[in-house]
Parts: sequence; structure tokens; C-alpha cells
Amino acid sequence: MIKAILIFNNHGKPRLSKFYEHYNEDTEQQIIRETFHLVSKRDENVCNFLEGGMLIGGSDYKLIYRHYATLYFVFCVDSSESELGILDLIQVFVETLDKCFENVCELDLIFHVDKVHNILAEMVMGGMVLETNMNEIITQVDAQNKMEKSETFIFQSTRQDR
Amino acid sequence: MALKIVKGSIDRMFDKNLQDLVRGIRNHKEDEAKYISTCIDEIKQELKQDNIAVKANAVCKLTYLQMLGYDVSWAAFNIVEVMSSSKFTYKRIGYLAASQCFHENTDVIMLTTNQIRKDLSSPNQYDTGVALTGLSCFVTPDLARDLANDIMTLMSHTKPYIRKKAVLIMYKVFLKYPESLRPAFPRLKEKLEDPDPGVQSAAVNVICELARRNPKNYLSLAPLFFKLMTSSTNNWVLIKIIKLFGALTPLEPRLGKKLIEPLTNLIHSTSAMSLLYECVNTVIAVLISLSSGMPNHSASIQLCVQKLRILIEDSDQNLKYLGLLAMSKILKTHPKSVQSHKDLILQCLDDKDESIRLRALDLLYGMVSKKNLMEIVKKLMIHVDKAEGTTYRDELLTKIIDICSQSNYQYITNFEWYISILVELTRLEGTRHGHLIASQMLDVAIRVKAIRVFAVAQMATLLDNAHLLTGNMQRNGICEVLYAAAWICGEFSEHLENPVQTLEAMLRPKVATLPGHIQAVYVQNAAKLFATILKNQEGNTDSTAAQETSQMMIDRLPLFVQSANLEVQERASCILQLVKYIQKLQQKDVEVAEEVSALFAGELNPVAPKAQKKVPVPEGLDLDAWINEPPSESESEDEQPKAIFTKEEPKHSRPRHTEVDEKELARRREARKQEQANNPFYIKASPSSQKVYQEAPGVEHIPVVQIDLSVPLKVPGLPMSDQYVKLEEERRQKERAEKKKKEKKKRKEKRSGRGKKHDSGPESEEDITPAHVVDIVTEEMPENALPSDDDDKDPNDPHKALDIDLDNLLETTARRPLADSEKLPVRSHRAAGAPKSPAEDGEAENATPQEPKKKSSKEKRDKKKDKERDRKRSKEEKKKKKHKREEKEEDLLGGQAEEAAVQSEETKEVEAQPSSTSAEVSDLDFWLSNAPVPSNTQEAATVAAAEADPAPEAPAGTAADSEPEEPKDTETEESKSSKHKKKKQKKEKEEKEKKKKKKHHHHHHHSDGGGEESVQNGTVEEEEPLPPMSNYCLLAENSYIKMVCDIQGNLQDGSQVVVSVIFENKSDSFLKSMEFNVLDSLNSKLQRPEGSGPHDGLTVPFQLPPGVSNEARFVFTVQSIVMPQKLKGTLTFIVKNEDSSTHEKLDFKLHFTCTSYLITTPCYSDAFAKLLESGDLKSSSVRLEGVNMPFHHLLARICFHHHFSVVERINSCASMYSRSIQGHHVCLLVKTSAQTVSIDAKCDEPTLLGNVLDEIKQTFSQC
Repeated sequence: MIKAILIFNNHGKPRLSKFYEHYNEDTEQQIIRETFHLVSKRDENVCNFLEGGMLIGGSDYKLIYRHYATLYFVFCVDSSESELGILDLIQVFVETLDKCFENVCELDLIFHVDKVHNILAEMVMGGMVLETNMNEIITQVDAQNKMEKSETFIFQSTRQDR
Repeated sequence: MALKIVKGSIDRMFDKNLQDLVRGIRNHKEDEAKYISTCIDEIKQELKQDNIAVKANAVCKLTYLQMLGYDVSWAAFNIVEVMSSSKFTYKRIGYLAASQCFHENTDVIMLTTNQIRKDLSSPNQYDTGVALTGLSCFVTPDLARDLANDIMTLMSHTKPYIRKKAVLIMYKVFLKYPESLRPAFPRLKEKLEDPDPGVQSAAVNVICELARRNPKNYLSLAPLFFKLMTSSTNNWVLIKIIKLFGALTPLEPRLGKKLIEPLTNLIHSTSAMSLLYECVNTVIAVLISLSSGMPNHSASIQLCVQKLRILIEDSDQNLKYLGLLAMSKILKTHPKSVQSHKDLILQCLDDKDESIRLRALDLLYGMVSKKNLMEIVKKLMIHVDKAEGTTYRDELLTKIIDICSQSNYQYITNFEWYISILVELTRLEGTRHGHLIASQMLDVAIRVKAIRVFAVAQMATLLDNAHLLTGNMQRNGICEVLYAAAWICGEFSEHLENPVQTLEAMLRPKVATLPGHIQAVYVQNAAKLFATILKNQEGNTDSTAAQETSQMMIDRLPLFVQSANLEVQERASCILQLVKYIQKLQQKDVEVAEEVSALFAGELNPVAPKAQKKVPVPEGLDLDAWINEPPSESESEDEQPKAIFTKEEPKHSRPRHTEVDEKELARRREARKQEQANNPFYIKASPSSQKVYQEAPGVEHIPVVQIDLSVPLKVPGLPMSDQYVKLEEERRQKERAEKKKKEKKKRKEKRSGRGKKHDSGPESEEDITPAHVVDIVTEEMPENALPSDDDDKDPNDPHKALDIDLDNLLETTARRPLADSEKLPVRSHRAAGAPKSPAEDGEAENATPQEPKKKSSKEKRDKKKDKERDRKRSKEEKKKKKHKREEKEEDLLGGQAEEAAVQSEETKEVEAQPSSTSAEVSDLDFWLSNAPVPSNTQEAATVAAAEADPAPEAPAGTAADSEPEEPKDTETEESKSSKHKKKKQKKEKEEKEKKKKKKHHHHHHHSDGGGEESVQNGTVEEEEPLPPMSNYCLLAENSYIKMVCDIQGNLQDGSQVVVSVIFENKSDSFLKSMEFNVLDSLNSKLQRPEGSGPHDGLTVPFQLPPGVSNEARFVFTVQSIVMPQKLKGTLTFIVKNEDSSTHEKLDFKLHFTCTSYLITTPCYSDAFAKLLESGDLKSSSVRLEGVNMPFHHLLARICFHHHFSVVERINSCASMYSRSIQGHHVCLLVKTSAQTVSIDAKCDEPTLLGNVLDEIKQTFSQC
């Protein structure tokens, strides 16, 4: 099970937080801060696994992260997930974002966090991996965006009428 | 104008979408909080608007603010509003917001049920998808209960996109509403074979999650997963399955054996590191689960270790980390194979990555030997110096101590060295582990006598330099070592070189800054030291020195008398007065040293932690029996103490206590009365049991000692078991001391030895003195003291509720079909969502009235089955399971009442779960027994029989496992025909009833197989239930052990016969070192492992605790199979009692009948006819008289005992077929009339045929 997915930048500013278990807002912020603290002090060329410790869940949980340019992608998972599998999943996630945003950068995530959520929802659902095939993910995301666009078009035209 | 303003403001608000908000926040870096609070105000305004678009926009912004840590739960209702919008765009925004901030305690959630249900059934797949995604995050028990049925319907949706989401969300539903697991499971299982890989992956995912928590319930799915593993190409799925197998193998070693090969193949073939790694991991799990029974393991271990080495050597840090992680798993069971990679692991200690260093440290623990310990520790000490963070340094420190102290200091050859290391560790700044070091110092100094001189010297230095340690009071964790130092110096003060100096050091004013408990030790040990000094000084002529010492004590102690710590204060004032008195005596020139040192005389011995438990209870003493009649709870004893005593009187005259003389009794009674009278709080009469111990005759020798477990306290005596250990220790101590002297000469070690490299090279492992045996009780723990896993389990773990037995659900015969109460709740106006199985209404109606009765019998059977399993597992699990059963029963009973009202029409469904896959489930054993289908039917049966409890408590439990006898294809065929199924079910029901009554049989084994086939091929209408049968026959028996055996041919190898022997321990002792040996004949030989001689016995690969039985198999090679054979054999074993062990043996005769060379082989009637026509067969016949049993019983017996199958049956005539392991065809034509049975037989080997017929005849003459 995936317990949480966090994206934050090099300064610890959250860009996306998805908790698959409920915590109140303060705890969530604390978890993000502590995770950032743990992850940010690690060198570039060390392994991508961190025993999460007390943060979430306890000893069964690991933090698996990847660092891309200005962003950290952190997955907090338990022992039923394959470590290398999750690393691959992060890669798929980032590549999918790249396809959907066309050369994704931090700004895209800042301004379109809802879209990132929608993409993520096609990959991971309720803490379990739903789909790992990038093409399938993109197809579904595109189809939904198309639907949204058709609706917004109607909506915008009514707005212009006003 | 006003309108314009309003409109403008709407536009403005409206314009501020998420992007504007984000931009705004970024532009207001200084007053972000203020800006956001104005934004929230705006949002509140927007939410008041009627326009859903405005609301959605507001909710979207709130979702963002939630991520920044703002509580937005106040807008929960608005979120629900947006969720219920008909537009997908808004709906998605609403569901996203809900998934981010709703939780179980959000009260508006209950308003969403209908909306979600509507969305789930929306024609637009994305509406459904969004609802499922959202629901997966905030599903509550109520939602789960109300929507479970809708979601289950979606599992069969036409769109794979919906199916996979529905499958996945079921896991969340199960967690919140465990009752849904059983009804939903069959469909979930179906999805494992969904044509869409995504759905399949989701189902694998869910089942893996479920199975991880309660693996035993999913063992029956192993064949299916095995199939998936060998067929799937999706790495993600493969990884999950392989991980799942890793969880299953500990429960079923046979599964492990089956897995090794495909896993090894995967390891060799895959290029995906993630998959390779998981394969290696699971192979390790398999190897751990298998006992040493299989010799070819070393190859697999080697392969794993080798692959892991490649990972560790990889430049990718991730692989390195994982390699080390997996390596540590191997280390636990196969330390040898890891040790050869020591170089690599030591290298990893230098890695710049802390995670990797920590993993390498874990491995080091198993790497050390006497030879390399010093070298490794030296390396670690260097790391300690270099380490930056305190966490890593503390980790290093604990690892050093762990490594050195493991298995009773097994690897330490030089304790001076170890003490030096400990002293050096005290120089560490800011460690938290001062206490750990201190306890090691104490332990070593107390337990290794020879080291005391050295230790005391070191400790004295430490005390002298205490200021170095206490310099930084902020992090005074390390000052704990002073506690140890002071105690060691005081207790072993006779070894001190300069006791006065040490005494001076212990009484320095600075000491008063130490923590109280350390000061107390200081004061107490100063007194001990003082006693020693007096003793030394009084021998001298000069008495002034002694008086000076007393004066120093008197000068310094008042400081401690003023201490705020009570303990310190009390000890100090006590000792101060003592010293003052001594001084007075000294001034009168009275010799006091003797008396003073008498205060501290006597050696303090270490007591093993469990010593008290080991004190044997003397014979005839029943600790649980009441010594006095328990007072009845109702009456208050304060009111009528007299009455209690008069009542107790007769009890005292119980035989056990008659010897206690009357006077004594009277005296005790008096004393107690007194006590009671004086004690207003006296509640219950509970006379001190100790008194009785001491006064009861014959038990005087029991050492009634107060054993305090903390080391430095006085112990007035030792439990007996410990004394032996102590003697042993002393003996070795001497040995060691001598050796040491030599060593010392050789090495001329400096006192601070660690600076120099300790050269242990020239010493070979054997040369090294045996490790100092330190006082540790080596006796096994009492059985009831086994650690129970129960403690580890979190009682709040939601997965506990999911520990639900699912196997029964999938049986054709549905031993515990879904009860009505287990149906998922459906809204009343709705038709049942689940597709109905082709069950006949009539049957269901018939079944319903009998339900309760049937269930109870099923429950019983389930329990029996449990018992069988339990033998294989721990006691703890048993408890848990029972618990589970109870729960189940509860819901069965509780559910029945409410069920009827809601869904009376659904009763019909109860019995009829999809049955196409059922064969596989019941065939788990069959599948696991590793051989092709037809040949193995009997073998599978033996496995099943072996699992059936041979102990009397569960004699009838075999039926469940006997189903594997049916060949798969016939079973499926059969299940297609509902008519047959009905019959079969009915029959089985009857059988169950019957079985319940026949509990007195031991290993009887039900021949469902034979019986079934006669039903299938024949046309018999009503069958009577078959009596239970077993192929296991008694081999030999004595008062210790009972052996029953079953002999089966091996079709794959025409010259092999497998003998399965169940050994049952009948005694109260432990049976071990069993050796099975047979005197080979020319024709038959026991297969022995390579390298052993022709007369060597085979070791039985297990030991037997009292009352336990287990099965072993032995393979024999036979040349000719036409004649029966008898082999003489012997079983030797050691009977181990608590105090003695004896060698015993048991002779037996193995009887290889010709029947045992036959193998049940199905044959079709046309092939059978051809065979008969071919004319190659010789015929023979036999007549059986007075056979008084129904014809189908007769057939079943022949099928079962003689491994035949029915080819065709017409009325009271049947043709039967079997084949020998060497391919001889045996055909029978069995006819019966009245009580006479005639058997005409044909076979291509007349001798074999003759013998088989004789055996058949014998079978029937016995009954």
C-alpha cells in the first residue's frame, strides 16, 4: 500500500500532497516538513530509500523518492510494495506529467495542481497502484480533459453572452 | 449603477480562479497569511452564490489551500453540492476536494450515499470512475455497507476501466466492512483471470493485500497464482504474486518446493532488476521455510547470494541497498554463505550513504568470528570517530556492543581488549547509550572473574578522570558508566592498586553534581572501599594512616548527607555514623577492620534472568491447589473471621498436611488471628504460601530465596540449576587464566591495548580458548513460555477483521455456504444484483428447512479441519482461529433473524456459488504433490490422510482433503451437470452426518474418489453412505511410538515405491534422532542418500514432541513387482525426558503387497473393450462368499484399497481397471448375486494377477 504521495520543491514548498489515510491539516504539514528535512539533506548519489521511522506508520514503512531538477517526488509505502517497482512508478508518473504538460516544469505543477491530481488518480487509487502503463493513463486523462473542454466551451460561451 | 457594481464584483470574484489565487499568493510573499485570509473570505462569498460554476471554482481553490495546511472542513457541505453537479468538470472538482479533506468523522458524508450510488451507475464511465476514485479515499463503514453491492456489480462492468477501479476499491470496502469479503470473494477471484491485464493486475493487487495480513486463508489460491506467475508477462503483477508467495511459503513448505524451480528460472531469465530482486527475496523466504530436508538447497542459496553480490557491487546505490537488505535475511538462516562475502560488506561500511552503512552494519553481526572480531571492531571504532551525526554514531556503538556480546561473548577471546573498547567508548561525546556501556562493564566484570584485576584498574582510572565524562552535563548520558565504575571499584576493591586514591576520587565534591542514583552507588561503594582500606592498613604498624582515612570519610560524607536525593542522603548518614563509631574505636586502638569488612563479606553472584522460574516444584506440591478453602466471596471476612476458621479446620486435616503437628497449627492459627485482628484492611484469607513450603514435611530443601534480578544486589542463595553452571564456569575460568598468562607474555600488551593492532592472526580458530562461559542458564524454556505472536499484533489492526476463511466458500459442496446474513445489503426495491447461479429452486427449498442442522455439522467439520492445520502451526494461531470461529458463529446466528425480512427471495442463491473453479481449490494438496494427474491421485490422498489428524481428537476430518482423489476433468464435467451435483451434495451431506457418529476410527480415509466414480459412470440412483476407510495400516507400535504406513507405487518410475510412514509419539517424552532402517532384500532396496552404505539408516527429518505425529516418506527401489514382499526393519530413536534420555528401538515388518504396485488409472469403456479383445491377457477368477455389503460399497473398497477405477457399472455388475507401475493392465469384472461375489480377472502377468486377487479376497474376508 502507498500511504502518501508528496511532491515538494527544493525549499520544501508543497506542490502536491496526497494522503491515503486521514491526518489533520497540521499533521500533514508536519509530515511534509519532516519528510523534506529527511530527504533534502541527502546527497544526490545515494540510494533512494529511507526508512521512514516515526513519520508515518512506523518501521514497516519506507520513503522512496526521486529528485528531478527542483522537485522531490516522495512515495511513502509499506513492505508490500516493491522498492524498485515504486521507483519505476515515480518515473512513469513524471514521464506522464511530461507528456501531459509538454515539458513539465515546477510552474506547471504550481498552477495546475488539480490536473496533477487527476493524472495521479489514474495511476494510484486509494493507495493501490491502478495502472502502470503510461499510454493507458494518458488516454484516460485525455478523454476526461476532452469531456471537460466540451463542457467548458458551453460554459464559456454562455459567459460571453452575459 | 448598483447593478453594475454587483455584476463587476461577481466578475472579479469569478475571475479569480485557482491560477489567480496561486499567483496572488506568490505576489504576497510578505503577508501571505493575510492575503490568504482575504481569499478565504472571498471564497466564502462565492460559496453563497447559487451559480454552481462559482461554487466549483471556490471549492477548487479550497483544495489548493488545504494542501497549504488550511482547514477547509467548514466547506464540506459545499463540496457535497459540487460533487452532485451534473457536469463532469464540477463533479471532478467536488470529488477531488472530498478525497482530500473528507474522513470518517465528516458528518456530511452520510448525505453523499445516494449521490455516489447515482454516479456509480451513471452511463458515463468517467462519472463512475471519478466517484470510485473519490470513494476510495473517504469510504466509511456506512458507505462501504451501503455501496458494497453496487461496487460488486461494477466488478462485472463491460468497461475494463471501471472494472479495474471497482476491483481495487473492494479492498477499501473490505477494510471498512469486513462482512462483504465472503460474498464478494468469488467474483474477486474470477477477476484474477480477467481478459484485461489492468483488471487482472488490480485483482492480484487486492488479493495480495488481503493475503499479506492473513495468508493462511489464501493458501488455496496458490495454484491459481502459480498459473498466473508462469503465464503473466506483466512485471508489476509478477512482483506482486512473487511477494505473495513469499508470505505463503512459511505456511506450506510443499509450496516452496514447487516454487523454487520457476523462481530460479525467472532469476536466470529476467532482465528487470525489480523482478529479479523479488524473486531472490521469495527464494530466500522459501529456503527459510524449508527445513534442512532438501540437500540441493545449497545451489539455490548460492544462486541467491551470488545474485545479491552482483546487486551490491552495482554502482547503483539503490541496488546496493536492496542487496544488503536481502542478504541480511539469508544471514539469519545461512550465515555461512554470507560470511564468504565479508570483504564486500566491510567495503560497504565505508560507503558515503548512511542507509547503506546501516544495512552493512546489520550484516556485520553475523559476520564475526573469533578470528576477525577484533579487526572488525577496530574498523567500527574508526567509524565511530569519524561519524558525524549522533544517530549514526549511537547506532555504531550499539552494534559494537551487540556484536561483541552476542551469544554470551562467544567471539571474545580477550576480555581485556573488550574492557578497553568499552572504556574507549565512554569518550564519545553525547551518546545516549551510557547505560548500555555501563551494563556491559558490570556484566563482564562480574561474570569473567579473571578480568577483574584489569577491570578494576580501568575503572579506577575512569573514576579518577570522571571530570572528563561529566564535563558536559547537558548530555550526561555517558555518566552512567560511572555507576558501573564505582560499583566495580567498590565491590572488587581488593584488586585496587591504590585504594586510597580511588576513595578520594569517589568522595570529591564534584560527585554531588551527578544524578542521584549514581551518587548513591558512590556512597555505598566508598564504604566498601573504606572497609578494604582499613583491612590493609591495620596490618601495618602505623595506625595513623587508618585514622586519616576515617577522617577523610568523616570530612567528605556530610556533603552527601545534605543531598536532596533520599537514597543518597540515607546511605550517607548511615555510613557517616558508622565511620564515626569506627573512628572512636580506632582511637581506643581497637581492631575493627575484620568487623567492618564483614559488613560487605560474601561474593555477589550473577543470577540468570529466568532462574526463579527454574526452581523445580517439588513432587507432591500442587501450587494451584488451595491450601485453605477459598473464602466465599459473598461474605465479608471482617465480620465473621471466626466462622472462616472453623470452616477451614477440616481442610487442614487433608492427607497432605496431616503430618503438621497440631501445636504448630494452633500456633499458626493464633498468629493469623492476631494478624487479622490488627489489620483493618484484611480482606481475604491468603496464608503465606512460603510458610507452608517451609513447614510442610519433605520440602525443606526448597530454596526459598528472594532473587533480585538486577545484577549488583546481594543474593542469599542460588537456585540449584544455576550452581552447576557456576561450577562449570569456575573450571573454565581457571583454564582461561592460565592460557591468558601465556598470551600476555607473548603480547606484552599495553594497558590501553586498543591503540595497538591486536594480532590474532597466528591463532587458528581451534587454538583459541573456548569462549568464557558466562552464567547463563542453557535449559530450554518451558513450553508455555513460548513467545506468542499475538502480542505483536496491533489489536486495532483493521486487517484482523478480514481474517476470514474463504476456502469453504469455493467448494462445490459449500461446507459453509454464504449465509443469508452475509449477503450484501441491497436496497429493498432493487432486484438482486448478483447473477444467479443455475441452482435448482427445488433444491434450495429443500435445503432451507434443514439449514441450522447442516450448518452445525459444517461448523464442526470446519473446526476439525482447523485442528489438522493447527498442528502445523503455532498454538497462538489456534487461539486466534478459534476466536475467529466464534465470531463466525456469532454472525451466523445473529444474522439469521434479520435476514428473512429483507431478502427472502435470495435464499435460493445461498447454495449456488459459481462452482467451476472449485476443483482447484479443494485440490490444493493434489496440486502441491508434484506429479502428473492420474498417477498421483492416490498419493494426493495419502497426503491428505497424513494431514488428517491421527490423534483421536479429530478422527473424521479427512473428508475435506480427500477430494483431490477425483481427477480434475471428471469433476468439472460433473459440476456442469447440476443433477449430478445435487445428488453428490446430498450424499455428502449424509456422509457428514455419518462421520460425526464414527469418531472412534483412527486413520480412516474416505473414499470419495471411488464412490464418486461409480456414481458418474454408473446409473445407480440411491447410494448409501460409504463407511470410512483408510489405507494406513499399523506398522509397529510400542509404548513410545506408533507407526502406521501407506505404500504407493510411483508411476513415473516403474521401479519405485513410496512408503509414507506416520510416526506418532505416544509417550510424554520428547523423541528425537529417529533413524529408519530396513534390511534390503535382493528385490527391494531402501533408497539412501549418496555416499551412505547399504546398511545405514535414514534419519527421520523431524523430532516429535509428546503427543505429536508427523509423516515421513521413504522411497524403495523394487525390481520385480509380481510378488508381494516383506522387509524387516528397525526404527531407533532417543527418548528424552527432562533429566534422562534413553535409546530405544522398534522392529517392524514392511509388507509390500502387489496392490501397492497398482495405480488408479481411469480407463474408458471402449479402450477397455479393446484391451479385453486383444487377447494378450491371461485370465483368472475368484469367488467371494458371504460378502454382506451393498454393491457400491464393495466397488468402493476395491477402488480404494486396491487402486482400481470403475470403468462401467450396470446394475450389480461392474468392470474395473488398474495398471501397475510397470505398465501391467489389470481388468476385473465384478458380479454379485445374493451374498456371493464373483470376480473374473484378466492381466498380462498371471503371477501378479493371482496375488492381487488373493489380496482382494483377504480384504473382504477381514470385514
